[in-house]
Order: sequence, then structure tokens, then C-alpha cells
Amino acid sequence: MIMKKWIPIILVAAMAGWALSSLFQPPETSFHTREFGKLPVLMDGRFQPFDSVARNSLLQIRARQTVAVDDKSGSQTMTAMEWLLEVMMKPEQADDLKIFRIDNNEVTELLKLPDNQKYYSFSQIRPQGDEIEKQAERIEPIDDSKRTVFESQLMKLYDALNLYQRLQVSLKPPATDDFAAELDAYQKSIAPGVAAVNARDAGQKFDQNAFDTLVGFMGGYNTVANYALPLTIPPADPSLPRDDWQNIGTNLMQTARTGEIHPATKYYAEMVTAYRANQPADFNQAVASYRVWLADGFAPQLNKAGYEFFFSTVQPFYKAMVIYVLALILGLLSWFGARSGELLRRSAFYLVILAWVIHTFGLVFRMVLEGRPPVTNLYSSAIFIGWAAVILGMVLEKIYRDGIGCVVAAFVGFVTQIIAHNLALSGDTMEMMRAVLDTNFWLATHVVTVTLGYASTFVAGLLAIIYILRGVFTPTLTPETAKSLARMVYGIVCFATLFSFVGTVLGGIWADQSWGRFWGWDPKENGALLIVLWNATILHARWGGLVRERGLMNLAIIGNIVTSWSWFGVNMLGIGLHSYGFTDAAFKWLMLFVSSQVVLILLGLLPTKMWKSFSARA
Amino acid sequence: MRNPFLRFFSSVRLTVACLVIGCIIVFWGTVAQVHLGLYKAQNEFFRSFFIYWQPTGSGFQIPIFPGGYLLGTVLLINLLCAHARYYQPGKRKIGIALIHLGIVLLLLGQMLTDFLSIESNLHLRIGETRNYTEADRAYELAVTDTTGKDSDKVVAIPCNLLVRHSEVGDPEMPFRVGVKTFYANSELSDKAAPDFEPVKATTGTGPNLWWREVPRETETDRVDLPSAIVEITTPQGSLGTFLVSAALSQPQQFTFDNRDYDLVLRPERFYLPFSLHLIEFRHDKYPGTDIPKNFSSRVRLQNLDTGEDREVRIFMNNPLRYRGETFYQASFDADDHGSILQAVHNPSWLTPYFSCVLVATGLVWQFLSHLIPFLKRRMAGPGNVTAPGKEKK
Repeated sequence: MIMKKWIPIILVAAMAGWALSSLFQPPETSFHTREFGKLPVLMDGRFQPFDSVARNSLLQIRARQTVAVDDKSGSQTMTAMEWLLEVMMKPEQADDLKIFRIDNNEVTELLKLPDNQKYYSFSQIRPQGDEIEKQAERIEPIDDSKRTVFESQLMKLYDALNLYQRLQVSLKPPATDDFAAELDAYQKSIAPGVAAVNARDAGQKFDQNAFDTLVGFMGGYNTVANYALPLTIPPADPSLPRDDWQNIGTNLMQTARTGEIHPATKYYAEMVTAYRANQPADFNQAVASYRVWLADGFAPQLNKAGYEFFFSTVQPFYKAMVIYVLALILGLLSWFGARSGELLRRSAFYLVILAWVIHTFGLVFRMVLEGRPPVTNLYSSAIFIGWAAVILGMVLEKIYRDGIGCVVAAFVGFVTQIIAHNLALSGDTMEMMRAVLDTNFWLATHVVTVTLGYASTFVAGLLAIIYILRGVFTPTLTPETAKSLARMVYGIVCFATLFSFVGTVLGGIWADQSWGRFWGWDPKENGALLIVLWNATILHARWGGLVRERGLMNLAIIGNIVTSWSWFGVNMLGIGLHSYGFTDAAFKWLMLFVSSQVVLILLGLLPTKMWKSFSARA
Repeated sequence: MRNPFLRFFSSVRLTVACLVIGCIIVFWGTVAQVHLGLYKAQNEFFRSFFIYWQPTGSGFQIPIFPGGYLLGTVLLINLLCAHARYYQPGKRKIGIALIHLGIVLLLLGQMLTDFLSIESNLHLRIGETRNYTEADRAYELAVTDTTGKDSDKVVAIPCNLLVRHSEVGDPEMPFRVGVKTFYANSELSDKAAPDFEPVKATTGTGPNLWWREVPRETETDRVDLPSAIVEITTPQGSLGTFLVSAALSQPQQFTFDNRDYDLVLRPERFYLPFSLHLIEFRHDKYPGTDIPKNFSSRVRLQNLDTGEDREVRIFMNNPLRYRGETFYQASFDADDHGSILQAVHNPSWLTPYFSCVLVATGLVWQFLSHLIPFLKRRMAGPGNVTAPGKEKK
């Protein structure tokens, strides 16, 4: 029996060990892909490691962070970084990887692709390039919100193809094989080539051969200069601003003037050559030397990329999600297990705490990486709502010790992570803030408070759901449990009113500061106002005696609908200054969620004799 | 409570009903923006006493639901009556009183804002100086006597007068302006095109143009371009009919009684007691992208009355407040050589700040005054717990 006491501790220790396990990765034996993945580049206006470029690009193209490869030796998985290396350095080979996800039959039909697949390779799609181009030209001017499913899916594919082709020319010119040797030849060709060009411009006799050679090189570099995506080459001149990076093509074009090839370009060329010749030792040597070079002068960028790489590898949010699920299961079981109930409840509670610690670590790490308050976009709002709701759940558990707080915490923690995961599919989640949003003060005050309002309204709604489900379907809703649930809901609604009101008014004040209008009836503002109004409705209905326990629960569930609409629904209207993006699938899920809440309300309206808990008592 | 009137207006049921109706209006008005556009939906749902329904094809409207103003008024009355009826001085009720005082302030402040605030814009090219702002949507017909060397004499006729009256006169004008045709929103063309008809003006730019009436704009970022045919009638007879249009920026000239006049339909102007001069406009982007990082305008502010002459930087989230006017960085010209500032004159701009502080203090007070005793009892032992906030409002 003494053993039993230790079960929760052992469980938590095991999960903690699992969460920490990804800190220790086996050393790479062949190409040091991970080391390459830590190299800093400038893309989308921010410094990030190549690894993030790989992950975010693959998410946009394939909606996954890995590539499944089926070959003769069976199926295996490629990491995002391995995939990007191949795309950038051996594009001809990468073209056969099935990475383009197409979900729409009309699109596959148009492109004459077999419709029994989910993913297609660039080689399969390439013959239809002109058709895609033609369609995209027509669709481009149509407003996002007015596109049909076919049109938006085709544009998604078009963007993915565009991204893919630009990545292919990000590190080497299209026709180049031995890049390092080519650079030597290029450097040698500059002096005679430039002389020939000048002579020709002056109308004098010139060396046709030298001229052609230089112009030949330039053609390839020009393609890279125009299309390469990440800026890979740091500024050589120490007097230039530290964020004045270039892509490799622009850099090589400039070399024609200076005659001196940039060290970073040389290192990348060596990596390309080694990779193509399948020489892991040379590749690894070039990566290591480049890192040493970067450490002198670009240490902050190198470190930031390293930290972000660490963050993506550890995946704290994923780990937290798994632990929340486990806690949720144990918490639910604790309501039914008469004898082992307390043990299960304690295990669940400790696991929630562990998951929350990991969740917090991820949240804070992200804030430090970005130099921003916790909520900057829809993705981070999901992470933060979950985080705050888990705290509320833990506080409730600490006060009431009946497993309800645990279940709420674990459930919201889990669901918000799922939502965040799906929101992350649209690409970089640490994108830069557009001008008007670029203010840490308002992000820290308005956005955080309003999000806390969302979180607490959801917690109240979830408590109400627990009341109804336990009451209708199980005999476990004792009068005491019912009373404490009612108290919890009431307390949380008060809390929600406070935060949503203050958050909403702060938003108005921000609007007054930035465009002179406290209130503009913008959809996102209205969404926030709706939450305030609804919470106030609940409180007044209760004070006025218009609703009792069950009525309170039903009103709180309507709060879920209101909040989900403000959080996601208003972004789907496609108007207003606040619309910062959503995915089509989100609409389907929102509708599903709303209907589920309506069903729950209907259950809540059933006469008490149909409630298992109440009829059992009678 | 004898008075049934007071009883009705002070009841919590009325509060709940109002709040629910409020939710419905807000939701409805938001969804309606998809079709009506933000500007029109705002006027129909929030800045109105009733929401009307117009049967398709008919000319009349039926009020079907209370609008924002009506609801706000009833809520305000309800709040005041409820406090008059229930308020008892004491520590416990301070929170509730503060919350509701803040809300009253917020509602009144917003109503005042709706009636008193004037929004306009100031478009400056680099190097340009202006001492007036222009309305976003309202236009005026300006008749300027340009004969004087040093100063012009302007008579500005607001556009809504052009709609209602067929003829407008002013003691400052030795002639009258008669309106022949008026289109609230229109398109002009310099060649014949389907649906366009030739402009029936006898003089000025009009005779060479075609025009047509188009539906009024509902999108937030688009404005109506009104046009009209006006006749200048002097005691000696007509000087001809002119096409005036918001789409024509150049004034048209005519002469009467040895004096020269300019005629133009332009955005309504609001003159300032000071002037702003644009020195520099910056449009910063994040490196390697087109994502805007910041917009800022460096302007020179000159006030001849006070002798003030200084440089100010206006940028995102950092407006210039001066003499009751606030200037915000709103937009810019496509070539990055001009800046558009939004100018807002709003005497009640501070009310939300006070209201926020009052309500937040009240809510925190109320919350803590129930939570702390509850937690104390709870921690002492689970047996003797009563719900927080059990008492009636």
C-alpha cells in the first residue's frame, strides 16, 4: 500500500524524463544536417535558422514537418531540414519527392493527376505549369474572401509551387554542379571579363571569350538574385547595419565589382559541392568553418538561430499536449473510481502541473526569442488561452479537490494545443508585426487581458458542460458537486467579465491612440464587446434570480459559442482591420463546435427526471 | 415601489433584456457588414434608434428592432433608476457603484463622441504646407472670388444643400446657384461608353464629358463621388450650366460683373488656427520584405498666434495632439512622397480612459471582496461555505 502513494510521483517522473529525452539526440554520423539547420538566415524580416525555413516551408507545401519517402528499401521519413538540403542542393532529385498536398478533386482533375493520392511530386505537376499559371492569373485579382473552394485551393498550390521553385535556387544557380570549382572559375573570369565589357561599351575591340564567360556566370547569378528566398550572406562591411543581409545571387553579382568573393558564399559553395559529390566529411567541415567565421561578428544572429533550433527540436508544446491527454484520462477516471479515485485525481493533478511547467517553458522561450509579449497572432493566442485556462483549472482543483479543475485544465490545455498546431500549418508563427501592431505596450496590455477574458469564459463554459454531462449521463453529480460547480462557474464568469471588459476598453484606447477612434464597430471589436455583454447578461440574470443552477450552466455554454465566434468567427467575415488570417477548415470546425454546444444546451434543458443524477436522488 | 413606471425602469429583468438585445444587435450588425460595409452597417445598426426593414422593391421602411441609440438610452435610464432604487451607502456597494458609474460615463462619452467628433484628413506632399483639413466623405461647392490680389473670398455650399434646394443664394454672392441634376455618386468618362450619357452642361469642362449615376459606396475604403449640373443665375440672366463633380479637381472659371470666379466641388474644408508642413515621410520595411514596420511623418507646426514653430514626428500609435485636434498617421501616397494624416476633433476623447479606470477598480474591488472571505472560509474547512456574491444587486 505504501507503493501506491508513490504512483503519481513515478508517473510524473517518467513523463518528465520523456519530455527531456529530446535534449539528448544521437550524434549524426553522415551529413551534419542538424548543424547546417542551425545556421542563421534572414527571411520574412527576421533572423531564423535554416531549420525553421525548412519546417515552415514544408508546412505550407505538405502540411507536415516531415516527408515520407517510399523507395525500394521500404518507407522512411525525412526531416524538414534533410528535405530542404536536397531541394537547395540537389533539386533534380528533390523533384521526385511527393510533397505537394492537393485536397481538391477539381484541382487534380484540371491538372490530369491521378486522384488516388494525397501528395504529388514536382515532376508530376510540372507538365501542367502553364495551365496553373493561366488559372492563377485569372484568380489573383479576386479578393480572398470571394474565392471559391477550387480557386483558393488552386492558389494554395500555386503559392506552394512558387515557394518550392524559389527555394531551389536559394543556394546555387540552376545549372551548377560543382559550385566551389565554379566560384574559382568565376573569380578568375572577373578581371578579363570586366575589361571586355568596358571595352565593348566603349566601342573598342574586346575579348569575346572573356565577355561570354562572365556574362554566362552572371545569367545564373541573376536568377538566384531575383528568386532566392532566404537572405544567406551577412554584410561584409562592418559599417553596414547588421541586418543588411543579401542572397547569394545578389552577393555574387556584386562580386564582379569588388573582385573578392565573400567568405560566406565560399563556405556555402563548398557545402553544395560536397553534398552533391556525397562527401559528408567535406560538408561537415565547411559547416563547422562557417560557424566559426560567423561567431566573429555575427554571434547574436548565430545564437538566436541556435536557440530557435533548440526550441523547434524540443517541441515543448507537443510534449505538454501529450501529458495533458494523459492527465485528462486519469482525471475523468477519478470521478468513477470509488476507491482509487483520490490516487487517480492526484496523479492527474501532478501531471497537469508538469504539463503546465513545460507549457510555460515554451511560452516564455517564445517570448524571449521574439522579444514580444505572449500573444502576437492567432497561433500564440491559442497557446496563451490554454496556458491561462490551465492556471484557472489548477486553482479550482486546489480549492475544491474534486478532479473537476484537473479535467478542465487538461482538456483546455489539450484542445488549445491542437488548435495551435492547426493554426501553425499556415507557416511561420513568429512572423513580424505589421506597423500598427508593432507595439509591445499594447500587445502586453490589451491583447493579454482580452485573451484572458476569452480563456476564462471558456473555462466557465467547460465547467458547465461537465455539470450537464455528469448530471444527465452519470449519477456522479451529487448536490455538493452541483453546488460547487455552480460556484465555480459564477466565480469564473465574474473573473471573465473583469478581464474582457478591461481588455475591450483597452483595445478601444489603443484604437484611439493609433487612428483616433475609440470605437469603430470593427468585427473584432464587436466580438470582444459581445463577450463582455454576454458575461454581464449572465451575472445580471443570476442576480435578478432569472436563472438558477441549470440556467446558469446553459448561459455559460452559450458563452462558449460567443467566445469561439469572437476568436475565430469574426476573422472569417473577411472584413475589418483586425482580420489576420484563418484557414477554410477552421470554418467547418467552428460550425461543428457551435452545433455541439447547442446539443449540450438542449441536454441541459431536459426535464430533471431525465437526468441520471437527479432521478437517482429522487 | 408604488410607481409602476419606476419599477419597470429599475428592474433587473429590463437590464437582462437590454443586454440580450445588445448582444443581438452587435452580432447582427457585425454580420451585416459583409454586405453593407462597415460604414453603412454602423449607421443602420448602431447609430440609429431603430433597425429598419425595407421590403424589396418598396419605398417604405418598417422599424423591426431597437437600434444602438435606443438601447443605450434605455440601459442608461435603467441603470440610473436601479441605483436610485437599490443603492445603500456602504463598503460592499462601492464596487458596484464604481462599475456602473464607469459604464454611464462610457455610454455618455460615446454618445457625445458620435455627435461632437469631426473626422477629417490632411493630405500633405513633401514640402507642402496646409492650414486646413478635408472631410473624408462630405463635399462642398466652393465659389471663390479670385479678383483680389492678396486674398480670395470663398462661399462654400455644403453638398447636402445642393440636394435639398433647387437654388442657393448668399449675400456674399451677386448671383444664385441653381441645381439642375444631382447624383450622390457618379462616374465620369471623357468618351462615349455604355450606360453613360452626355453631360447636358452648356459651358466649362462639362460639355465634352459623359456621366452616369452609380449606387452609393458601402465599402469602408471607398467614397462617393457626387456630381451635379448647376446653373449660375444673375439678376441679368443665366451665365450657363456647369458640370461640377468630385471627380474634377480643377476649378472652372467664369466672370461676372468684372470679377473672376472659380467654381469647384471639393471635399469640405475645416480651417485650423495653425499650419502643418511636411518635411519628411518614412515608410520603413522589415529587411528583405515588403512588410511595413513603421510609417512616420516629420512635420513642422507653425502657429502665428502664439509664435510657436517646432518640429514634430507623427508615427504609428503616436499621434500629435494640439489645440483640440489630434493628427494620426493614417496613410501615404503610393510613391512614398506624401503622407495622409487623419485629423480628429473629439472633445470627449478622455472619457473612455476614466471609465476604464472606474470600472476596473470597481470590478477588482467587488471580485476581491467576495473572493478573499470565501477563500478564507474554504481554507479553514470545507464544511461551512456559502457562495460568493450571493446577495442581490
